[in-house]
Amino acid sequence: MPTPPAGPPVISAHQLSKHYADFKAVDGISFEVPAGESFGLLGPNGAGKSTTMRMIGGVSQRTSGQLTIMGLDPQEHGPEVRAHLGVVPQQDNLDEELRVRDNLIVYGRYFGLPLSYLRPKADELLEFAQLTDKAGAKVDALSGGMKRRLTIARSLINEPKILLLDEPTTGLDPQARHILWDRLFRLKESGVTLILTTHYMDEAEQLCDRLVVVDKGRIMAEGSPAQLIREHSTREVLELRFGSERNTTVAAELQGIGERLEPLPDRVLIYAHDGEAALEQVIARGLRPLTSLVRRSSLEDVFLRLTGRSLVD
Amino acid sequence: MTERTTDGSQEAAVLAPYRLHAHKPEVSARRARAFGSWYYAEHVLRSMTSYRWTLLASSVGTPVMYLFAMGVGLATLVDRNAGEAFGGVSYLAFIAPALLASATMMTAATEFTYPVMDGFKWRRVYYGPHASPLTPGQIVNGHVLAVTVRLTATTLVYFLIVALFGASPSATGIAAVPVAVLSGLAFGLPLLAYAASIEEDRGQFALVMRFLVTPLFLFSGTFFPLDTLPVFLRWIGWISPLWHGTELGRALTYGQDLPAWLAAVHVLYLLVLAVVGLRLARSVYTRRLGK
Repeated sequence: MPTPPAGPPVISAHQLSKHYADFKAVDGISFEVPAGESFGLLGPNGAGKSTTMRMIGGVSQRTSGQLTIMGLDPQEHGPEVRAHLGVVPQQDNLDEELRVRDNLIVYGRYFGLPLSYLRPKADELLEFAQLTDKAGAKVDALSGGMKRRLTIARSLINEPKILLLDEPTTGLDPQARHILWDRLFRLKESGVTLILTTHYMDEAEQLCDRLVVVDKGRIMAEGSPAQLIREHSTREVLELRFGSERNTTVAAELQGIGERLEPLPDRVLIYAHDGEAALEQVIARGLRPLTSLVRRSSLEDVFLRLTGRSLVD
Repeated sequence: MTERTTDGSQEAAVLAPYRLHAHKPEVSARRARAFGSWYYAEHVLRSMTSYRWTLLASSVGTPVMYLFAMGVGLATLVDRNAGEAFGGVSYLAFIAPALLASATMMTAATEFTYPVMDGFKWRRVYYGPHASPLTPGQIVNGHVLAVTVRLTATTLVYFLIVALFGASPSATGIAAVPVAVLSGLAFGLPLLAYAASIEEDRGQFALVMRFLVTPLFLFSGTFFPLDTLPVFLRWIGWISPLWHGTELGRALTYGQDLPAWLAAVHVLYLLVLAVVGLRLARSVYTRRLGK
């Protein structure tokens, strides 16, 4: 397990809130991120993750609470805060009228960077994003994964020490996701602070030193992935399927097996230290599940435990 | 398309993404505060150059087409019968400044509508610079600057062609170029504020073209003096930036009578529209991007 590096916080949020007329998108969340840490916000769609990211990114005004990035309040020092950041938004917003390499150069100009720096830098970042042979291509011609990598390359043009990634791999196929994770991991290794939102537990487990579980604008739990699983779930989970008609009715007969029982519409989850042993008990009671599966607990289980709902609806 | 996986030869490059050194964030912020509008204008101009041939063809083709159709074809009939109706100058000279100002109006109508929707909604182009040190106000300024450059270039080409046709006899004629650009902005900037406020495209821009641009083009004293229109239609000209720009242009290109006070009113009207439009647009952008 990676140990979070110590140091003064580069981001500090205290009772941060954002209310719209009809609902509270972010409702009093507090956290600190030290330099070099990889920090995640895990939660379902609409939990307030993106809104939090936009406030950290200095593009959205908070309703109340305190927020500093590198010791600066983004509401008073917007350009200064944004100059420190690299931002990968949830939806790509590349300029499709420009070629791949020009997208990087044009973006670098926003930071007042000279072309003498930007030209070689753009080539270097294309190499990093494995897009060198697409340098002269139109953005239209790129696959989803390539566009995502170009967006990440673009966010690095000013060599930010803090990178904000809002659902970096949502909508990508597994192979493209793995390539992206690899690139992000390299950035983390080179000391960049990563702040990322995701609703994929595997992404959170792969990339985050520490994370907060967010639901309805509030923090439900905080810790490293392993810590959260230890605290909020058992070591193993037994998944049983009895057919959609019977899952809930059979739950009553399963009482007492394992530490906790979670009947879902499509399956029943039994939380136990030893999944195989729990399965033997089920069989011993004369129950015959259609399928059974023993697996390690994941953040998905933590989320289910904390909110009673699953991450991806 | 195949996604490449990492091999040994790439290792050096990928492990050192920060080999070069950018200047410090403080420097970025300071430069962006000072020159941010220009940086965004640079971007828009770069995008425009990706379809430069289309732009060039239309900025040369359109005037030539109009000048031939109206100024040569129609003018032979008009000049034979008009007498003093056009202030004693050829019909070509009469419509040339009006065509100049209409061209900027039409270009502004294109540049300040669909690209705005593209920025906020379709391809969300504005959200890239918005995450950088630039401010929403600078994004507006940059967009406007770039369009001003385009308007100036197009109008200049147009004017040269007009001059080649011999339709700008006065020495002050060239000053009709900035006047035409100003009238384009006086029309375009309020439109920009409106375009930025549209959340959902339900064909509003097509309506703007049909029921705003076209009537203004036809009834702003473009092809005949405004006072030949019945009184109840003249207001269209009075509120139209195109008419104010055209009247100034006529004074400049062939010396149509224009008292100083009236010239001042024309300029002031155009300036007020442009400034109010720009301020409105800036506040709409700031509100919408900062949501």
